[in-house]
Amino acid sequence: MSHTHTEMMTVAAARLLTNDDVCFVGIGAPSAACNLARLTHAPKITLIYESGTLSTRPSVLPLSIGDGELCDTALTTVSVPEMFRYWLQGGRITIGFLGGAQIDRFANLNTTVVGPYDAPKVRLPGGGGAPEIASNCGQIFITMAMGTRAFVDSLPFITSFGHGAGKGDREKLGLRTRGPTKVITDLCVLEPDPETSELTVVSLHPGVTREQVEAGCGWTLRFAADLAETPAPTAQELDVLRELHARTRKAHGVAA
Amino acid sequence: MAEFLSLAEGIEAVLSDGASVAMEGFTHLIPHAAGHEAIRQGRKRLTLIRMTPDLVYDQMIGMGCAERLIFSWGGNPGVGSLHRLRDAVENGWPNRLELEEHSHAAMANAYEAGAANLPFAVFRGYKGVDLPKVNPKIRSVTCPYTGEVLATVPALRPDAAIIHALKADREGNVLLEGIVGVQKEAVLAATRSLVTVEEIVDDFGERNANAVILPSWTVTAIAHVPGGAYPSYAHGYYKRGNDFYIAWDKIARERDTFAAWIKANVLEQGPEAFARYAAPARQAA
Repeated sequence: MSHTHTEMMTVAAARLLTNDDVCFVGIGAPSAACNLARLTHAPKITLIYESGTLSTRPSVLPLSIGDGELCDTALTTVSVPEMFRYWLQGGRITIGFLGGAQIDRFANLNTTVVGPYDAPKVRLPGGGGAPEIASNCGQIFITMAMGTRAFVDSLPFITSFGHGAGKGDREKLGLRTRGPTKVITDLCVLEPDPETSELTVVSLHPGVTREQVEAGCGWTLRFAADLAETPAPTAQELDVLRELHARTRKAHGVAA
Repeated sequence: MAEFLSLAEGIEAVLSDGASVAMEGFTHLIPHAAGHEAIRQGRKRLTLIRMTPDLVYDQMIGMGCAERLIFSWGGNPGVGSLHRLRDAVENGWPNRLELEEHSHAAMANAYEAGAANLPFAVFRGYKGVDLPKVNPKIRSVTCPYTGEVLATVPALRPDAAIIHALKADREGNVLLEGIVGVQKEAVLAATRSLVTVEEIVDDFGERNANAVILPSWTVTAIAHVPGGAYPSYAHGYYKRGNDFYIAWDKIARERDTFAAWIKANVLEQGPEAFARYAAPARQAA
């Protein structure tokens, strides 16, 4: 069964999740990956959305972080201050799943602004929950499509802290969480190098070349010595994902 | 005790030019009808406070109601940009908009501090990020017990809070259920408050003992505006108009299509226009 790059990205991200995870879910690609995991190999995963819904099991992907579907299918729904204080800051989340407009080689993220803050070329939405998700979750998975406008040599603004300027910077700030441990893209999977914390390609998706990955990145990429190939999506993974998207389009009133 | 007013009277009572106002609702129960009324009444120089400005503030900013925005995430959820917000920030249209930008955790804590009558909020956040460099209100305090350095932000104490709720009873008590967001905190932190509601009932009847209820004496005014959250939603009454959120992207992208939409749907309408969204045909299954 053939698949798109985006489907591969979602499937690769979903496979990293387990039944034991308590996952703080962002909208978009993270939400698709987390729910695909829940509908396939990790039915007991705990999904939390920042609108306050704990252990939610949506049948369609929410368009927003607070669709009624999330509340209807949640174990319980708490207020937003409680969500950020007791659950996120309280250290009860094992994985934070983030996307971003821009990322650098140390997995810092920008979702705030392109150009100077006071005279922006492009004003992006801003951080929302991300700055504290990035610092308070046990570890962070990032999922975003590659491209030289997204994978940049230097960020104009650090919205969420990854590994700063390299190994040891998190510890210097007093952070006890691991920060970004995986970056799942449409072309490959990257991990911070154990020695330097610089993002390194550890796995290429099927049919993707090193040159393609390099062309989608604004810095000179490092590749792991034992570079692997990401296993292709299975027919079952694709079926479940496509059905999820079809239900979602129907529910949101978008022509399939 | 809360006073029952029409929406127009309610906005006049709680919201004056130059005021700071929090119109809250985290995706759910966003007070869109109240925002439209503020536009119709031509409010100016407002400081708009909201975690997620959403379409309601995109509309007010585009109509020149605001001179300042205190916020933590300014996008159209799951869709993209708020184009009127971007036009104001990037091009100063229709006027310059001053930003005071935070994270969600900071805003949620700041509302809670306001409700608790504290001068500031303390939390573990903003580590290693650039927002404190552009927002001088983000500071820090050293814990007197452990020595840990923690982030602080001033409490939010808006002149007015405006929210949409499910029900009010005849005494003016207000009931919220579902995703309750920061509305309780916003109302308790504010000097005055207006609550628009889906329905007014003799008695709330059976409810969870822990349901969020704002007692009548914490609310300034209540206006009955069925459908008043649309295209946001009211749990158990009608669903989120996700199709409209998607459509808004095109409407708001250009100044003239935005102005035409506002003229037809806000300036030439009244709050009763929202009632059709509360119709049974649109109710949640």
